[in-house]
Amino acid sequence: MATAIAFVALVALNAYVLLGGADFGGGVWDFFATGPRRAEQRALIAEAIGPIWEANHVWLILVVVLLFTCFPPVFSGLAIALHIPLTLMLIGIVLRGSAFAFRSYGSAEDGPQRRWGRVFAIASLLTPVLLGVCIGAIASGRVGVILEQVYRGGGGESFVSLYVSPWLSPFTIAVGALALSLFAFLAATYLTVEADDAELREDFRRRALAAAIAVFVTAFLALLLARSHAPRVSAGLIASAWAPLLHVLTAVSAILAIAALWTRKWRVARVAAAAQATLILWGWAAAQAPYLIPPTLTIGNTAAPRRTLALFLIALALGAVVLFPSIAYLFRLFKSARMHEPGANRTK
Amino acid sequence: MGDVLAARSQMAVSLGFHILFAVVGIAMPVLMIIAEARWRRTGDAMYLELAKRWAKGTAILFAVGAVSGTVISFELGLLWPGFMRFAGAIIGMPFSLEGFAFFAEAIFLGVYLYGWQRISPRAHIVAGALVAVSGAASALFVVIANAWMNTPTGFRLQNGAPVDVDPIAAMLTPAAFHEILHMLLAAYAATGFAVAGIHGFMLLRDHRNAFHRRALVVALMVGVPAAIVQPISGDISARYVAQRQPPKLAAMEGQFRTESGAPLRLGGIPDVVAQRTRWAIEIPNGLSLLAFHDPHAVVRGLDAVPRRDWPPVPVVHVAFQIMVGLGTYLALLGVWVAIEASRRRDLAANRWLMRAVAIASPMGFLCIEAGWTVTEVGRQPWVIFGVMRTADAVTPMPGLIVPFLVISALYCFLGVVVAWLLYDLVMRSPIMREGDGTMAPVAA
Repeated sequence: MATAIAFVALVALNAYVLLGGADFGGGVWDFFATGPRRAEQRALIAEAIGPIWEANHVWLILVVVLLFTCFPPVFSGLAIALHIPLTLMLIGIVLRGSAFAFRSYGSAEDGPQRRWGRVFAIASLLTPVLLGVCIGAIASGRVGVILEQVYRGGGGESFVSLYVSPWLSPFTIAVGALALSLFAFLAATYLTVEADDAELREDFRRRALAAAIAVFVTAFLALLLARSHAPRVSAGLIASAWAPLLHVLTAVSAILAIAALWTRKWRVARVAAAAQATLILWGWAAAQAPYLIPPTLTIGNTAAPRRTLALFLIALALGAVVLFPSIAYLFRLFKSARMHEPGANRTK
Repeated sequence: MGDVLAARSQMAVSLGFHILFAVVGIAMPVLMIIAEARWRRTGDAMYLELAKRWAKGTAILFAVGAVSGTVISFELGLLWPGFMRFAGAIIGMPFSLEGFAFFAEAIFLGVYLYGWQRISPRAHIVAGALVAVSGAASALFVVIANAWMNTPTGFRLQNGAPVDVDPIAAMLTPAAFHEILHMLLAAYAATGFAVAGIHGFMLLRDHRNAFHRRALVVALMVGVPAAIVQPISGDISARYVAQRQPPKLAAMEGQFRTESGAPLRLGGIPDVVAQRTRWAIEIPNGLSLLAFHDPHAVVRGLDAVPRRDWPPVPVVHVAFQIMVGLGTYLALLGVWVAIEASRRRDLAANRWLMRAVAIASPMGFLCIEAGWTVTEVGRQPWVIFGVMRTADAVTPMPGLIVPFLVISALYCFLGVVVAWLLYDLVMRSPIMREGDGTMAPVAA
């Protein structure tokens, strides 16, 4: 049962990456909006994420409440060891969301629009990096080691060695860069489907291709650094029985995504890009299982009592019955064939 | 500043900031759907304009509420990992349900805000109603978790660890009912009067502005009933606290000594050293009467518990006086409005009433801040009353003053921006006269 719930956590994190991640990616492209259609690019991004970003954001909350209800020691451990990057990530989340709302609903004048756009874009750029850094720190196994030291209460350790160095290493930064490029890649690929203007679509096609290269480079770099920095995950990714299959599938979806972008098969590219991101995430999870925080905290030794887990699963099932149709409705309403005239729903 | 105090301060700032936006998210959808329903029924386009303008303000406030709520869900662990480790399995359930309710809220707010042209009128109102219902449900679940911290149930302690965990029993914690009732009424009263106050202020400048007249009436429809009923809910809450958390009641009332026929103290400053409350107006037997509905009942004072288990008495007492004082003002104002309205008098033209409504604008929110101060500071030094001390729950990371200052600065900045944006929105209100809007879109 605990394994099933850990699986749900992975699915929720997956949904956050594919949906919330793309919203952050949209902010990244707001930051890098260039060329003659700069304003149109920004408008398309705002229109694409406006109705849905708050709902997409809730996937992260779901991961958090799931962890603290079903795996309390994992949540409290992560919060101790990753206090600093998590706090920075929260600041990014707060500024991204607030600035977006201020820009959408506040004064339509140029000055405030530009300023809030800037805050929105920069926060969108930094937050994914911090999310990646946190995941990298968990995968590296150093969070777990530090926690042991903190709980033993040894002393003698410096602040930096306990609360900074576990998450600040070339490997974690590479994972942060990977998260950023992945989110930007997802966003650009989705936006090629959502643009109704051919030139705008080409803009995002070029961006998606560039981001695909960035994903490839950062993923390669992270894998390379993992050998020394995250040996357990690295070993899993190289030596497990499922590893070859995973790599083949990831490579196929990556190539398919690029090929589809190249040949302008927008919808195929969107599916392939989402598949690629999913496989990267699942590869990490599979290589790390059954550890939630290696090298000590596993699914088994941190799970809440059975009664709590059972109730959580029931609540989850009931929640899903209500929420999935609602989410489907939201997306059908705003993401299906673009039935509206451009800009009709922009509240400027 | 020590680490525990810094962590407590950061939590206080985060909760105090978030609650303002959370409350708006509960009550504003009700105002919006009333306005929208009136537009559909009467064809009076000014109500549509009103619903849309309120929706704009709500969108800003909801976004800030969503992200500041996220901060809190993380801070539970970032600041209080000891608490989460202990309590996660017991009380994570209502937080999870709150997550689902918030999901529904976010989904249907998106539908509501961006769906004006895309869905049928009926679907649009239903979406608004779902936002209102899920907003109230979110509040319900979060308050259950807080109630559990006051009256922990659903587990047994064995060697300092919880065993026989029963999340359902934890959710049925005795404090839940009265805390939820008090909070929901507070949300409707505070938001209703805040909005009514803003439009009342605008009506003082121009009482014939038909837009503000309609806004005033809708806001009062929500705020007035809640404010009038709230003292009853407050009485229920106080009696529960008297039974379940005597030190909290003693701090609220500045009651140092255990005595029968305890007086009710209005105002005053508790002097912890001298163990008495100075400069209060004392109503003989008042506290015994209110807390136990018996003028001679024994009220346990702070002397009934060891000194190390006392909450910070002056803070709790003064916050409680502020809450009760301002709440009483709102209830009396509500009665006045109700009398005027029942006599079919023109509320907007009554300058004294409009002045009273305008100054009431911030009061409900001040009440909420003061009320949460009472319940949170009054629970100290415990994070889980009688079970876990706040100091034992705090994160081992030193230097917590830094995140406290960073988060405080961030929220000060956001608070100023939001205030400015809302001011801007209000100042751009349309100037309309009776009859201006009636030719515009008529409901199908």
